[in-house]
Amino acid sequence: MEKILLENKTIVTPGELIADGEGFAARDGSYNKGSKVYSSVVGIVNIKDNNIRVVKLGGEYNPQKDDYVVGIVTDMNFSNWFVDIGCPYDAGLRISEASRDYIDTDRYDMTHYFNYGDVIFAKIIELTESKKIGLTLKEPDLKKLEGGVLARIDPPKVPRLMGTKGSMVDMIEKKTKTTIYVGDNGYVWIKGNADDVKKVKEVISIINNESHISGLTKKIEDLLNKGGNR
Amino acid sequence: MSYKKTGRFDGRKADELRPVEMSVGILPNCTGSARVQVGKTVAIAGVYGPRKVRPKHAELKDKLLIRCYYDLVSFSVTDRARPGPSRRSIELGLVIKNAIERSIFVEKYPMSMIEVFVEIVQADAGSRCAAIIAASLAVADAGIEMRDFVPAVACGKIDDLICLDLTKQEEDVHDGEGATDIPIAYIPSEKEITLLQLDGKISEKDLMEAIKLGIKGCEEIHKMMKDVFKKRYETK
Repeated sequence: MEKILLENKTIVTPGELIADGEGFAARDGSYNKGSKVYSSVVGIVNIKDNNIRVVKLGGEYNPQKDDYVVGIVTDMNFSNWFVDIGCPYDAGLRISEASRDYIDTDRYDMTHYFNYGDVIFAKIIELTESKKIGLTLKEPDLKKLEGGVLARIDPPKVPRLMGTKGSMVDMIEKKTKTTIYVGDNGYVWIKGNADDVKKVKEVISIINNESHISGLTKKIEDLLNKGGNR
Repeated sequence: MSYKKTGRFDGRKADELRPVEMSVGILPNCTGSARVQVGKTVAIAGVYGPRKVRPKHAELKDKLLIRCYYDLVSFSVTDRARPGPSRRSIELGLVIKNAIERSIFVEKYPMSMIEVFVEIVQADAGSRCAAIIAASLAVADAGIEMRDFVPAVACGKIDDLICLDLTKQEEDVHDGEGATDIPIAYIPSEKEITLLQLDGKISEKDLMEAIKLGIKGCEEIHKMMKDVFKKRYETK
């Protein structure tokens, strides 16, 4: 007998029965035991075509292939840069993936291209079983980010900061005249003048604390409008 | 004197728990946290991770490394507790680790670790059980994938009365057969006991009865553990 026992968007805790039946696939945040599917995290149920997911409500970043991340260069050797992307594993950026232009290590030092502490916006193209992570910058819009500051948001709340198709970020950028890059890993890079950056940071902390409230975009918009009149 | 006739010091029934209070997400600086109060016993747990393993040689290639630290705060007992690690705190760190490790999907986090710090702010018996509950809630709050929560409770015997959740006063009884203390941690969905210790004397028949009572208590606490997360996200 195939049966879904809980509705979409229900809040579940680890060990809670979500569905019973052979036809269901336990994806992220859930596990199978016999024919039953249980939740494995505290989160919100999301069922789509017999694929059962539980979206986490808290916790650290779990890297996935094709994620866009903001990272900090922490180390390098003769052909790789190592990047902190906020997870337990170091991400590597190879010279061949670092630029569409030729990188001449005979003429320049590695630090000429990316120095310690530099911030990059990159994409994860490799994620092996042994948690080796490979990044690339060879795509439009992927680059070294210069002249901004970093902020953090809890990784599960990144979708709220983005809004539907980036609507929230676009709105914040427009209202505060800043440039914002949001990584799926919860690192946020902001460029603008000091007051505007401060405002964006406040907004991020609000989103961080009230992420499960609906109508958040409207609330943030009102807040930023008020700030403009003052 | 028979405790079967007179009942317990605080007037509880034999199978009654002390009042339990729980909250999660109380410490902003760590990944997950929880506070658990069972009667007068208060435990606070904080979890960091998953993060990089230091030192590197301690890293496990195929699974998550769990480190647990148990600590009694100086003012947690009537006589001052000497601060810093002790033989007892090292043992209890291991006991907590073993109790919660079975519930966690350790194979999903290779080459990383979590660190669980439990502070006992007030102690009135059953501190290892409160610590396990707090640790389990904090790990769940940190978003780590697990099969189920791990509730824990002490059952035991005061003289001739088999009962649940002993207080310090009850543990110190020396009349008749004296007091026996049996802390139990039990994962309900797996039907698995992950902690079973015994301090005192008890017959085999009584032990079985006490364990049954302990499992019943664990199931009660398990329900509260589920509710604490639901309440946290629904009231807002």
